[in-house]
Amino acid sequence: MAAAIPAAKLELKPPPYPLDALEPNMSQNTLLFHWGKHHRSYVDNLNKQIVGTQLQGKSLEDVIVGTYNNGDLLPPFNNAAQVWNHDFFWDSMKPGGGGKPTGELLKSIERDFGSFEKFSEEFRAAAATQFGSGWAWLAFNPRPSDGKELVVLKTPNAVNPLVLGYTALLTIDVWEHAYYLDYQNRRPDYISIFMEKLVSWDAVCAKLEVAKSQAA
Amino acid sequence: MALRALLTRKTLASAPRLGGAAAAASFRGLQTSSLPDLPYDYGALQPAISGEIMQLHHQKHHQAYVTNYNKALEQLHDAMGKGDAPAVVKLQSAIKFNGGGHVNHSIFWKNLAPIQEGGGEPPKGSLGWAIDDHFQSLDALVQKMNAEGAALQGSGWVWLGVDKELKKLVVETTSNQDPLVTKGPSLIPLIGIDVWEHAYYLQYKNVRPDYLKNIWKVINWKYASEVYEKECP
Repeated sequence: MAAAIPAAKLELKPPPYPLDALEPNMSQNTLLFHWGKHHRSYVDNLNKQIVGTQLQGKSLEDVIVGTYNNGDLLPPFNNAAQVWNHDFFWDSMKPGGGGKPTGELLKSIERDFGSFEKFSEEFRAAAATQFGSGWAWLAFNPRPSDGKELVVLKTPNAVNPLVLGYTALLTIDVWEHAYYLDYQNRRPDYISIFMEKLVSWDAVCAKLEVAKSQAA
Repeated sequence: MALRALLTRKTLASAPRLGGAAAAASFRGLQTSSLPDLPYDYGALQPAISGEIMQLHHQKHHQAYVTNYNKALEQLHDAMGKGDAPAVVKLQSAIKFNGGGHVNHSIFWKNLAPIQEGGGEPPKGSLGWAIDDHFQSLDALVQKMNAEGAALQGSGWVWLGVDKELKKLVVETTSNQDPLVTKGPSLIPLIGIDVWEHAYYLQYKNVRPDYLKNIWKVINWKYASEVYEKECP
């Protein structure tokens, strides 16, 4: 039987910078494995799972929310969410990144956390204390019950803020594969370097603008 | 970055020296835990598991579980003494994570042995027969555990256990540092294989299936048989 050509097939998107551009804070070797093997596998395996099913042709976000299934995860969830999470992660970083945000973003952080330092502490703590595999996030809550639009979250394995109804603004991958080649067990060192040298506040700013205009 | 000082002996000195607070704790009857020694050198399981991984895994990861478990126990002891129920409940996850990590890794080091000391030798006696009975062959058991270990999302363990009530062998997986008993109160672990990425990443990278294939060369079936024979005499 001839194989049907899938109507829509996900492609692995490259990071928005060369694989060696984050050296020495995140090595090219790490990118080669993390993007070239792990991220690529999630894409390939997701394609195998959805081709020929009713999920094919749906947006990745729809597949993620649908297969999250209110916490009773369906098989494609892990791959779908991890494809999205990793795209988001590469966008969360840039060569020469780090430092502090400015303008509206800084004002919003100061409003909701008290100060940038308090936010940074909370974000680092979330990343350090996510037990096992997972992610830490800065996210936008469009309907905050306490008036705080910006929140820090930590999630296990492939879970992300989309399934909780939030808009993601920034993420750090704390699966061991994200830092083991460069930092071994020293996750706190990896988190520090991420904040000091890698975070792309431009990307976070752009995402916050979109989130605010969608919520308005 | 490479850690190459690996033909040195097994571990640091015995128990971490306990300072004032912990000494006071033992006086009050709180028994803290310590990092067990490995019964073999870090390099002794090569090439199945690199010495670099064994050293990091034992000296850093397992040690951290022990340290954090002891800290949580201290805090729990205090909270119990004060009758602080919310604090007692809040500490449960730290105890489960870190205590589970300590329990699981203590079993893991005994599950492994250098080839010269019997690592990889198939089980004989009653465990060997039970495996053939239940899984048709040792090979079939290995394939099953490798499949479940490879499919585990995130961090966790794949186990061969025995149900001490039903006297039956089981293959199970647990997430994070959940001990096997969380899957069934009568389950006793015989073999646990750590599939957290720290257990294999420096050597096998993303190819967890290769790690699983190779670890059987150093699995200590003698220990598993001893445990089995005790539960199923």
